[in-house]
Amino acid sequence: MQEQEEIYSLEDQKRIALRNCGLIDPEEIRDYIARDGYKALAKTVRRSSPPEIIAEVKSSGLRGRGGGGFPTGVKWELTREAVGREKYVICNADEGDPGAFMDRSLLEGDPHSIVEGLTIAAYAVGAQQGYVYVRAEYPLAVRRLEKAITDAKELGLIGKNIFRSNFSFDLEVRVGAGAFVCGEETALLNSVQGDRGDPRGKPPFPATEGLWGQPTVINNVETLANIPQIILKGGDWYSQLGTADSTGTKVFALAGDVCNTGLVEVPMGTTLKEIIFDLGGGIPDNKGFKAAQTGGPSGGCLPEEHLDIPMEYDTLIEVGSMMGSGGLIVMDEETCMVDVARFYLEFTQDEACGKCTPGRVGTKRLLETLNKIVEGRGEVEDIEKLKALSRDIKKTALCGLGQSAPNPILSTLQYFEEEYKAHVIDKDCPAGVCEELV
Amino acid sequence: MSTKTISQEIEKQELDSDQQRFAELDKIIAANKGQAGVLINVLHKAQQLYGYLPREVQLRIAEKLEVPFSKVYSVVSFYSLFSTELQGEKTIEVCTGTACYVKGAADVVSKLESELGIAAGDTTEDGLFTLKTTRCVGVCSLAPVILVEDDVHGDIEIDKTAELLDKYK
Amino acid sequence: MVNIRIDGLDIEVEVGITVLEAAQKLNIDIPTLCYLEELNEVGACRVCVVEIEGEANLQPACMYEVREGLEVRTNTPQVIRARKEVIELHLSDHPFDCLTCAANQNCELQSLAKQHGIRELKYEGDRNQFYIDDLSPALVREPSKCIRCRRCISVCSDIQEVHIYDVIERGFDTVAAPAYNESLMDTPCITCGQCIMVCPTGALHEQDNKAEVWEALADESKHVVIQTAPAIRVTIGEMFGMEIGSLVTGKLVAALKRVGFDKVFDDCFGADVVVLEEGQELMERLESGRDLPQFTSCCPGWVKFCETFYPSMLDNLSSCKSPQQVFGALVKTYYAEQEGIDPKNIFSVSTMPCVAKKYEAQRPEMNDSGQRDVDAVLTTRELGEMIKEIGLDIKNLPDEEYDQPMGQATGAGVIFGSTGGVMEASLRTVYEKLTGERLEKLELKEIRSDGFKEAEIDLKDGRTIKAAVARGTGKARQLMDKVVSGEADYDFVEVMACPAGGCVGGGGQPIYSGRDKWNRMYEDRLQRSEGLFKADREKECRVAHENPDVKKLYAEFLEEPHSEKSQQLLHTSYQDRQMYTHEEQYAEERKS
Repeated sequence: MQEQEEIYSLEDQKRIALRNCGLIDPEEIRDYIARDGYKALAKTVRRSSPPEIIAEVKSSGLRGRGGGGFPTGVKWELTREAVGREKYVICNADEGDPGAFMDRSLLEGDPHSIVEGLTIAAYAVGAQQGYVYVRAEYPLAVRRLEKAITDAKELGLIGKNIFRSNFSFDLEVRVGAGAFVCGEETALLNSVQGDRGDPRGKPPFPATEGLWGQPTVINNVETLANIPQIILKGGDWYSQLGTADSTGTKVFALAGDVCNTGLVEVPMGTTLKEIIFDLGGGIPDNKGFKAAQTGGPSGGCLPEEHLDIPMEYDTLIEVGSMMGSGGLIVMDEETCMVDVARFYLEFTQDEACGKCTPGRVGTKRLLETLNKIVEGRGEVEDIEKLKALSRDIKKTALCGLGQSAPNPILSTLQYFEEEYKAHVIDKDCPAGVCEELV
Repeated sequence: MSTKTISQEIEKQELDSDQQRFAELDKIIAANKGQAGVLINVLHKAQQLYGYLPREVQLRIAEKLEVPFSKVYSVVSFYSLFSTELQGEKTIEVCTGTACYVKGAADVVSKLESELGIAAGDTTEDGLFTLKTTRCVGVCSLAPVILVEDDVHGDIEIDKTAELLDKYK
Repeated sequence: MVNIRIDGLDIEVEVGITVLEAAQKLNIDIPTLCYLEELNEVGACRVCVVEIEGEANLQPACMYEVREGLEVRTNTPQVIRARKEVIELHLSDHPFDCLTCAANQNCELQSLAKQHGIRELKYEGDRNQFYIDDLSPALVREPSKCIRCRRCISVCSDIQEVHIYDVIERGFDTVAAPAYNESLMDTPCITCGQCIMVCPTGALHEQDNKAEVWEALADESKHVVIQTAPAIRVTIGEMFGMEIGSLVTGKLVAALKRVGFDKVFDDCFGADVVVLEEGQELMERLESGRDLPQFTSCCPGWVKFCETFYPSMLDNLSSCKSPQQVFGALVKTYYAEQEGIDPKNIFSVSTMPCVAKKYEAQRPEMNDSGQRDVDAVLTTRELGEMIKEIGLDIKNLPDEEYDQPMGQATGAGVIFGSTGGVMEASLRTVYEKLTGERLEKLELKEIRSDGFKEAEIDLKDGRTIKAAVARGTGKARQLMDKVVSGEADYDFVEVMACPAGGCVGGGGQPIYSGRDKWNRMYEDRLQRSEGLFKADREKECRVAHENPDVKKLYAEFLEEPHSEKSQQLLHTSYQDRQMYTHEEQYAEERKS
């Protein structure tokens, strides 16, 4: 697809994960090698012990780019220390957040960086088998990844006795079949096992009981794309980028009502305003900014007053949203926030696995209440009902998807409660979106 | 040939092609059997072969892969990309991701529904098109987006959808 | 051991147990719904959530393992509110027909709603509407009442290994059902009814045949007889609050007479006949060495299992009908003849601890008497309800005797109701016929790794009979695989489909609510079996071939085991049953 056009070549970007995207032929392994490809793997396998690699990644401060933000090095260490018959590494390439497409660009534009990153992870934790779980909606990514694996095997970069060491590693692609919840790591494990993507309870965490009950590392695509550079340039180098708690860079997928849409990779801590107005060129047609949605269906909507916040894990959580995988949807003044919440709930409700009651029935009741409101049948008590049910679902749902399903409601209620009130009391949709109320 | 023998001939050909496809399916199953966690893989390949996953195909997979039929269907019914009904020759998918939604994906869906005379999820009477909505296809910068037979069409303008469909007729 | 604190109380508990189990030790009863001790621990319903120090969200007590220093709170306002919310969400997708529901007053969801003081429905909105599957003669499925606990899936897949159910669809539409939510009739369901025993609500229950029995009882032109299965006498008392396993044979007879049956017979008489017929068959097979091992055929769930999953072994199934069907065929021939009643006017009822017996009675070939051999089958539960309906409490009834000429049974027939009992009853007769000596207690040896039992009986002429007993079809599958592969060389194999002790733990027995009910069934079976073995010991006559009424039956009617008449009335044949209907076969037919 249009990887060339949709990735900025602006100078204020700092490209680590995306360093090769658009610059190399992703189907040509030698292009990758020419740009220091597989050097980090060679360094890892030939000259470093697994604990050294883990220490390097820990010192980089790298946190999971899939949404959770768990320190990658710690995850590897836990898996390395866990007792198991066998260990596995999995790349979570089930990028399902609507509005996020950095993983697709990476898989299509630089598949070898993922193969290399995952192989280093395998070496660090002591795994001999890995999987890349890609959503089926990304056929080109699957093809390129499969070619990358085949080519890497041919050159002996994965397979038996890599770089003539004792380390052997095999890698397979597993293709999803259309289920958002499989991006949740325990659901993904079940799906890799060929089963329904029903999440499992945590604890136990995958680091101790993962694929087929064995210790397993699951890393996101962008996380892995950072690994080779961290190994080559050192954890300290990486940790100097970004902020103290959120080091390095982050790729954001800028979309919605913004002049320049596409991917940007910027140091962590860059403000929302810089991303939307400097890189994104602001709102088209001279319309006003209303909100920025970050974190996909699990995240929240941030109003103008938060345009100056630095984009980093903990700050985003503090203001009622989350980093998620880096989707960033800009919404202009003509957007109805109740309708946006309804859109997300429709999504999570439809994508709920159906295992736990809050996820199966609770999200349905949330959606029904929102539908009532946008259709002009809302009552004042409905707002309190939404709050109470949202709070209980967050506390009781089985998995991350269920626990975060109410976030779009809670964040829009936090910042745009007046708009809800206009719907239920004045029977008016201020943005002029809800047909029954216009 | 009399009418009767012609119809018999057609039936025979149908049966032969059924059997060929079954043989093909058996090969897929045999290649995966005995390995852990291959059910979804096998279902993908079977769907490529048949265009969908008829009950009979699921039964055969269950039997030959030695997985309970209840489990096969459980998995099939969980994943939205597995279809248990015959699909149109060409699939039109309207992306309903956030970016497309913000850019009017709902209007695109209703326009296509009225143009094709079917509801989303259904197949036109001539069996040419199946209209579907899909989760974010990850080309948000081109929103709103539709996919026809995996070709990406971005920046869809409502009044030009008819023109677009004509190319696929 | 680890030290933990629950609601401010310190306790030392074993490593590996859950918060739920630890709380129980402190007499804190955390409510549960999907959880079923040892069978179904999935953490799906979220009713048992508790606060754990250091965890951001509430955690399910049924899944959360204790660890040193763990601090748990089960009674905070947050926990209570969340629990109630979850129950309310359950109720919001549940039909409100409690008054007419099969599980009324014995429903775990209903109890939770009461326990949490829910007095109004908080949520309106969509409810799942599913059709009621009542096509099976044995079981009824009402998926609208399913609370997605997955217990039926666990018991059918993990214990019985029949795999009828799984979770289908996703999101709000998710439900536990056969593939395509098809009728059980279109599946290889063996109708054992164990799913009924574990279902927390009325989503699974037996076909109710009480109405047709009441109707027959009211019809003066009908002569209504009932046969009572061995296991009923040790469980019907439980329906009236008596101790588990209370032996109440005489009171049962009294109750049935008051309900209005013209004759009350003991099905153990049928069992005695089965011993003779099946024993004869075994001796013939031992002699010829053909089609060994011989499998017992008195359990209809097992018979269907064998027909479906091991069709190559059908010749090994004893051709003898089950006691119910033997009895049924004799009622409408021998008994009718003796009493001078037109068999057309006989309505033959049986009461069984079993729902598969309902299916068995409906098998098309079960009509060798010229009529349906058995017209209606009542489970222990239905029978208890009928007795209650006429205002009787079995506890207060006197002991009465079974009617003649089919009321007298030996101890051999009585122990049919317990696992190993059919085997023992048959071997008592076979051993005596082959050696001329009485068989002392049959010692069955548990084969630990396999989960089934074996015995070797020395015939004192250099020959032995190698016997095996399996209960539960999951265990039977292991045993069958060994037989098919030739690894095991048994002569005689008894299989009971129900895992908790055979018929004493049958799918038609009283259902207890509660999270421990699965384990309890295993505990109860010991007491119930003990009741049966007690009845056996109390019998003067304990070998089937010495039953005077049975002797009379052969002398006056059947002549001898395997006579032409007995073959015609008491024996049957089996068929290879495909698991699911195949369109392919339809195509084959079209071709030919």
